[in-house]
Amino acid sequence: MEFKIHSSYKNINFQRHSSDSNKSNRKHRGVKFLDYTLRVGGEAGQGLQTIGGALAKVFSRDGFHVFTHQDYMSRVRGGHNFYQIRFSDRRVTASRDVLDILLALDLNTIEMHRKSLGEEGIILYDSESIKKTFEEPEFIDVPFKKIALDVGKNRVMANTVATGAVLGMLGMGTEALEEILKTAFKKKGEEIIEKNIACARAGYDYALSSCPHCEAFRLEETGNRKLMLINGLQAIGLGALMSGCKFYSAYPMTPSTGIMNFLASKAEEYEIIVEQAEDEVAAINMAIGASFAGVRTMTGTSGGGFALMAEGLSLAGMTETPVVIAEIQRPGPATGLPTRTEQADLLFILYAGHGEFPRVIFDPGTPKQAFHLTNKAFELAEKYQVPVFIQSDQYLGDSQWTFEDFDPGRLIYNDYRLREADLEGAGKYKRHALSGTGISLLAVPGEAGKHLVVTDSDEHDEEGHIIEDSQTRIEMVRKRLLKKMPLIRKEMEAPYLYGDASPKIVLVGHGSTYGVIREVVDIFSKEQKISMLHFSEIYPLPERDRFDYLEFLENADLVVCIENNATGQFAKFFRAETGFEFTQLITRYDGRPFTVENLKEELHAYI
Amino acid sequence: MPTFEDYEGQVPAWCPGCGNFQILSSLKQALVELDIEPWEVLLVSGIGQSGKLPHYMKCHTFNGLHGRTLPVATAAKLANDALHVIAVAGDGDCYGEGGNHFIHTIRRNPNVTLLVHDNQIYGLTKGQASPTSDQGTRSKVQPFGALSEPMNPLALAISLDCSFVARGFAGDPEYLKNLMKAAISHKGFALLDILQPCVTFNKVNTFKWYRDRVYKLEEEYDPFDRLKAFERALEWGERIPNGIFFKNDREPLEELVPVIREKPLVRQKFSPEEMKRELEKFY
Repeated sequence: MEFKIHSSYKNINFQRHSSDSNKSNRKHRGVKFLDYTLRVGGEAGQGLQTIGGALAKVFSRDGFHVFTHQDYMSRVRGGHNFYQIRFSDRRVTASRDVLDILLALDLNTIEMHRKSLGEEGIILYDSESIKKTFEEPEFIDVPFKKIALDVGKNRVMANTVATGAVLGMLGMGTEALEEILKTAFKKKGEEIIEKNIACARAGYDYALSSCPHCEAFRLEETGNRKLMLINGLQAIGLGALMSGCKFYSAYPMTPSTGIMNFLASKAEEYEIIVEQAEDEVAAINMAIGASFAGVRTMTGTSGGGFALMAEGLSLAGMTETPVVIAEIQRPGPATGLPTRTEQADLLFILYAGHGEFPRVIFDPGTPKQAFHLTNKAFELAEKYQVPVFIQSDQYLGDSQWTFEDFDPGRLIYNDYRLREADLEGAGKYKRHALSGTGISLLAVPGEAGKHLVVTDSDEHDEEGHIIEDSQTRIEMVRKRLLKKMPLIRKEMEAPYLYGDASPKIVLVGHGSTYGVIREVVDIFSKEQKISMLHFSEIYPLPERDRFDYLEFLENADLVVCIENNATGQFAKFFRAETGFEFTQLITRYDGRPFTVENLKEELHAYI
Repeated sequence: MPTFEDYEGQVPAWCPGCGNFQILSSLKQALVELDIEPWEVLLVSGIGQSGKLPHYMKCHTFNGLHGRTLPVATAAKLANDALHVIAVAGDGDCYGEGGNHFIHTIRRNPNVTLLVHDNQIYGLTKGQASPTSDQGTRSKVQPFGALSEPMNPLALAISLDCSFVARGFAGDPEYLKNLMKAAISHKGFALLDILQPCVTFNKVNTFKWYRDRVYKLEEEYDPFDRLKAFERALEWGERIPNGIFFKNDREPLEELVPVIREKPLVRQKFSPEEMKRELEKFY
């Protein structure tokens, strides 16, 4: 086996890895910072997630900042999927379109993504597996399958060889990967672990020794400590766990299922019940039933499933039962594009459910925000006895980010539920007692002594019994909705300002567009007074006493609202709530997220 | 010891002569005789005339949505299995709107009692055919008579290996009370379908109509024989059997959930400190 190397590569003056190198010569390939994008492409079932997941973990453990995103089809086998990893020695928060390394597990990957390869990018492939040899200089033929058969006696281990080869190319060592393999194959036994490690080393050595021009890609150690690597769904699950969620009921639906998977994996250790419901109608009614019975509950779904939950949402509103709902959006209408991304359910979530009742909507911009906003969702749900949404989407849900750490010290936990000791000597307990704040104390049935807890989906009196008179109705609407809403509004944090404090240009986003807008602001800020205004606490919109974001927008020359949907739902919502009209709108509705290059190009029309 | 008066609630707003009155008094009496206190009971009801029943009693109450009693009851039981959870529903409520939940709750088998006020008609919406209406039942919206076969809830439940299946009749409150006691005492999901005449909208299935037909299953009848039970569940028309059709010893859901073996979920402590180790797993 021989590598075909184009002579021109030899003449490019790459920064080489060497023992005496220092920080300043880590500027790779004309970029100020190291910033690589690696795409692993192949069919569903070929192990892209295993390879991509392992590599992302190796990079984050070596202290690199990582951003991954997944593009997959709604099928279990075949088709075309990819797993993209961007890694850098500085913070990265979005995906790029231009590839540095393409690891192709099938021919289709080469055909589809070759055009995305950057000027000096390379393609790693196995000519024997895909039954085609490429002579062009950017191709590096590594016999994944042959090495797997020779070393591991099993062609399945070709993925491990490929993973090792990528690391060999980068000269990163195999120690971190070996640790990951040991964990991944723990249940399969020592022999499988050893064979996989041998395959990883063989792939590594092959790339290290037989690919001279790969030296251009060699990385130095960052000197950073290892970073935390987490995706949006895991962060929501972790947030729920650490907020005391005890009951999660859901019907599996892409792309929300990861939350259920995460909590189910912790169920035994932390005493959580995860119930797979027969449908989303049952899922939300279960969450409400368990919450009424005294535990913190959550449900999760995507748009189509949430459509079935609308009735139950209204029930939570009427009975003032705390519940947290994760709505992880995918493109609709109807079944839409099940595995892809869109921000097109905001207005639906805002208006879903018959009748008028309070609700809260959060839409995190990063996994770290997702973690803390899930915690805040439980706090507000319990405090105000209202449904609270964690709205997100496939892009943030499946994307992994790196962080130095999360801050568990910032987590809030207040138990607002009343038990026997709390009610000692109290008069007759009334579940829906009128109060100055609109909040009635929430007792735990059966745990509150002889006090009875009664609620009704019909309009009810203070005790919770069915009524029809107009006076009680008025009092209950005031209590349930009109008194609570201003108090909830005060709990909402101001939007996040990034960039110039008195900018000429403001880019406005909400939820998952945070990362890409932030990077684009960085790019343009060299020549422009530009900033991002990002909303993650969406409804009710925060008060303006701490930060007058309307005035801020009005003072800018150009305000552009950026949304991953076709109609600008956030812009519509914002106008309805504040009267402010966004005159410029950038939308994307092909089911894919904005990338740095793509948003930059869109903005060139304005800037 | 609780008394009948302890369970006394609001004055019912049902039509005079409604079969629901007997169901209400039988339920109160059953709970008193089982020595269950009001604060140990959670009634979960749906919407329909049956859904109002908890308001005419005194105990923990969740009067939820039409058809959605069983998911709420199941989850409440999982959250606090120290409570006696009783779901109260109607035929339209449970077998129509909530049909999917009915099937899957039988599969799950929570230790929940389900009382279905089965009057073979929609009362609250004024007289349309229900899932258990006989074929040909005429109404304002079924001018040609109900075209569908009626659903047989008992046969369906037995086919799903429901852990307790019984039928009672509002016109025999003493026997009904005994069936309720058996259903509440049973470990596992218990269905008690109650023939309940609607005096306003069902002019066919009246007290007399039922009384002429109902009879009790023989004393030597073996409720553990599933095939026999299925056969008897198919009996309908001239003679309608009442009693416990079927029973089995399936483990209730709560006993299969490891995390609540020691104590109810609602009494378990939350310790965020020990969860901090979860953060480490992401490095």
